[in-house]
Amino acid sequence: MCTVCGCATAVIGGDKSRAEAPGHAGAHSHDQDHHHHHHDHDAHHFPDQHDHHHAEDGSVNCGKGIAGVHVPGMSQDRIIQVEKDILSKNDGYAAENRAFFLQNGIFALNIVSSPGSGKTSLLVRAIRELRDRVVINVIEGDQQTSNDAARIRETGARAIQINTGKGCHLDAHMVGHARQDLAPEPGSILLIENVGNLVCPAAFDLGEAHKVVVLSVTEGEDKPLKYPDIFAASDLMILNKSDLLPHLDFNVGLCIANALRVNPRLRTLVVSARSGQGMESFCAWLEASATTLARRAKVA
Amino acid sequence: MHEMSLMESVIEIVCETARQNGASTVKSVRLDVGVLSHVSPDALVFCYEAARHGTIAENAALEINRIAGEGWCLDCTKTVALEERFGACPDCGRLRVQMTAGDELKIKDMEVI
Repeated sequence: MCTVCGCATAVIGGDKSRAEAPGHAGAHSHDQDHHHHHHDHDAHHFPDQHDHHHAEDGSVNCGKGIAGVHVPGMSQDRIIQVEKDILSKNDGYAAENRAFFLQNGIFALNIVSSPGSGKTSLLVRAIRELRDRVVINVIEGDQQTSNDAARIRETGARAIQINTGKGCHLDAHMVGHARQDLAPEPGSILLIENVGNLVCPAAFDLGEAHKVVVLSVTEGEDKPLKYPDIFAASDLMILNKSDLLPHLDFNVGLCIANALRVNPRLRTLVVSARSGQGMESFCAWLEASATTLARRAKVA
Repeated sequence: MHEMSLMESVIEIVCETARQNGASTVKSVRLDVGVLSHVSPDALVFCYEAARHGTIAENAALEINRIAGEGWCLDCTKTVALEERFGACPDCGRLRVQMTAGDELKIKDMEVI
């Protein structure tokens, strides 16, 4: 029965009432099964919306949606308030990972960048410099191949490769499985090298302590403005390949200014994973953070 | 294309919620997507068709509410409209604006039978 327009009696009245108010019955097609027209509407709703959406200025037309047809509590069909974040599933897995890392005093970093900025070289260098003082394990994310994990293993560190196949980012569920397989030692450092992509990994929390974005000086100072989400989500930016600066027109100051515009809290280190320049700052930060976290976990 | 993962997540949450509420079919789903968020509504719509296939939400209509961008300008000490995520204040032109709305990514409600 439709309580929205008050025409419930029309069904009881049958043909007669329809004859009395033809305009009304015609407009709502209330004959026979009352809610039939809703099903019809729904079946065509999607393509409808799609057409509109292309016919106009590219924005989604919201005017034709369910809100205009159904009022909550006034239809036989129920409206359920969901009010849930789309990422809530991922965030749930991320919270599990984070709790595990905190409990075991594991300092986890989510390292993001575009492909070819030197993430793996940076990790290899850091592991070589720190391997006598702290245990470092690595989770490698790539669409295909286990080349990166092999490069990490050459340093003696343990590494596990996640191949995402078609996926453009790691999610907290994948990392949850990988950390179970890897079983990182309490008090160690876990470096999660994300899929090379400056867009998608920004949205997915993995349970890490910090996101670290790596940008190489061959990429252009305006990358933080072009891909703001990832720089906004990160706590540390590493400007890599600084040994190439004398050969380039790259303006370090401008790049940092752009990054700070997107994220005023972002810290920056200028390093060269190749020559080792600036690496001591990164390694000192890694070691200090890991030690602090491990001590806190022990006390707790 | 992280929109595919997002839409798979939407369908998963929607179907789970529908089952918890004893519903057999999902008729429509409504999302809140801020204009400053990191997703493209076009891609969401495209991925939705693939993600809903073979579920109880197979024929569910999708509606996307765009939420306008807003920020707090530290210099004007007021809420201003924000066209881009790290844009300038439309009044004073300075960049000290903190986003307060527009990056929503939420399943608002859904209609079930």
